[in-house]
Amino acid sequence: MELLISLIIGLLTAVGVFLVLRGRTFPVVLGLTVLSYAVNLFIFSAGRLVIDGAAVLKSGLATPDPVPQALVLTAIVIGFAMTAFAVILAIRARADLGNDHVDGRLPEQSGEQK
Amino acid sequence: MNHLITLPIILPLLLATLQLLPVFEKSIERQRVISLVGSLTLVIVSVALLMSASAGNVTLYALGNWDAPFGIQLVGDRLSSLMVLLTSLLLLSANLYASAGDDNQGRYFYPLMMFQAMGINGAFLTGDIFNLFVFFEILLIASYSLLIHGGGKHKTSAAVHYVFLNLVGSAIFLFALGIIYGTLGTLNMADMALRVRELNESEIQLTKIGGMMLLSVFALKAALLPLQFWLPRTYASAPGPVVALFAIMTKVGIYSIIRVQNLIFGDSAGALTDLGQDWIWVLALGTLVMATLGVISAPSVKRLAAHLVILSVGTLLVAVGFGSANSLSAALYYAVHSTLAGAAFFLIGDIIAEQRERSFDRIVAGRSLAQPMSIGILFFIAALTLIGMPPLSGFIGKFLIMKSIDSSSALVWAWPLLLIGSLAALVAFSRAGSTLFWRSNGKPDSSKASATRKFIAVGILLSAAPLMSLFAGPITQYTDATVEQLQAFEHDPTQIMAKGVQQ
Repeated sequence: MELLISLIIGLLTAVGVFLVLRGRTFPVVLGLTVLSYAVNLFIFSAGRLVIDGAAVLKSGLATPDPVPQALVLTAIVIGFAMTAFAVILAIRARADLGNDHVDGRLPEQSGEQK
Repeated sequence: MNHLITLPIILPLLLATLQLLPVFEKSIERQRVISLVGSLTLVIVSVALLMSASAGNVTLYALGNWDAPFGIQLVGDRLSSLMVLLTSLLLLSANLYASAGDDNQGRYFYPLMMFQAMGINGAFLTGDIFNLFVFFEILLIASYSLLIHGGGKHKTSAAVHYVFLNLVGSAIFLFALGIIYGTLGTLNMADMALRVRELNESEIQLTKIGGMMLLSVFALKAALLPLQFWLPRTYASAPGPVVALFAIMTKVGIYSIIRVQNLIFGDSAGALTDLGQDWIWVLALGTLVMATLGVISAPSVKRLAAHLVILSVGTLLVAVGFGSANSLSAALYYAVHSTLAGAAFFLIGDIIAEQRERSFDRIVAGRSLAQPMSIGILFFIAALTLIGMPPLSGFIGKFLIMKSIDSSSALVWAWPLLLIGSLAALVAFSRAGSTLFWRSNGKPDSSKASATRKFIAVGILLSAAPLMSLFAGPITQYTDATVEQLQAFEHDPTQIMAKGVQQ
């Protein structure tokens, strides 16, 4: 299970980083979202993975560390708010600057158009 | 428990919320009164906190009455009290400046300024590293909105870069926290300092990765070399009073570096002692070079001010990277000086842009300023202190830093770069000053004069330059004691672990 979780986190991070490096705002926002999924899973697994553990507390059963779960909740809320802000800003930039490139202007060659 | 320490966080929060109520939301006049009175109260609270800290007391506050490693705690020591006072002073001047009319260009100016101050103060006061992340996000989201206050193409396109960059930074921050929590099993900074000493071989490697990632996030906030390219454009496009408060933002990054380097990765951390210190040193020297080039090539006053911020970051981190007690103490003195002088210069640039109409703050010949005399005097004082000429605080700050870098191998690199940086600032200021004030056409048009309170705001910030030079003795005593205190915490972290009140 550790392998599976780490592969998922790795894949999500790779996708997120790739998308963040794109030239237009929409893929970048998507990339940030995917990256925040990877982050959330990563923090969640920082408290060690437990199978068949007690949901809260039960004698004789292993209990997962509750702190990362609290951290993840905070990170999700913050990530959500920030993504919302980034979306609004991207729309505003599209309206103000007339294009959706992160630099505010299209590059000279249209080679990287997608 | 002493509840005073919560006020720098709670007061801005309450005032900001209050201003969103219908009674105040509709009236900018009422918001101005609340903000000015509020920020003045904050200054008083911070002075009280500083007085208590300078008497040697460390205020520990266990939130929710949870004992230290389990609950979040606030730590009011000498370092954090000093930084909180600095924030309050900036907030007061920025609000005073904005109350002359800049606050009316967009909605919710004052509530956002208050939220930003809350985030900055929280970041300085917290003793929990995840809480530090949360306060970073609070100050960032307020700064995102403030950055585009008033609107306009330049602001939007600069904000896109700033926001995306910081969102990636936050993601890396969280990854780092995840790794560190995975190995250390705690988020309380004092507890982390204890746990770091008992790591086994494989955990040390992981913690090293986490620590370096953390350092790179702080370097992004502080604008250290490869991560400083966002700053000039962002700061030059932001409205004047906003960027005056932003002057403390790079210092939040530097503060975090100092805190983490001296508490968690301090002398007792075994294999992790001074993690990344060599990197900070080398990159800070590189930052100085880049900033020197930037200062010489700056096309406008605000760009010049932004590159000077980077120059001060380089200077500060050279001292932090050198890592002796003296250099750290000198860095703290320089941090206070450069924040106040930098903020003042941004406001001066804003006044110049306002009075010159079409040529704005670009360093080109243009229409005469409406008040060349008073602006000229302020510009001259700001220039002197930012270049580092005697007798003002810039000279003493730079002198202390150069004096503290006393090993010959380090000196060969640091001294020339620091001095060339000053020379570049001198050249840039002479060019800007002579162009702005002498190569102008037309008579001063007094109908375009700026409001007196703008000059008072700049005056408050600039008065620090002679005052810090006059009281350099007591201030350096305070910073020396601050460094001693940091070392004592590093030696025995349990003394900054808060205990809840026993019922």
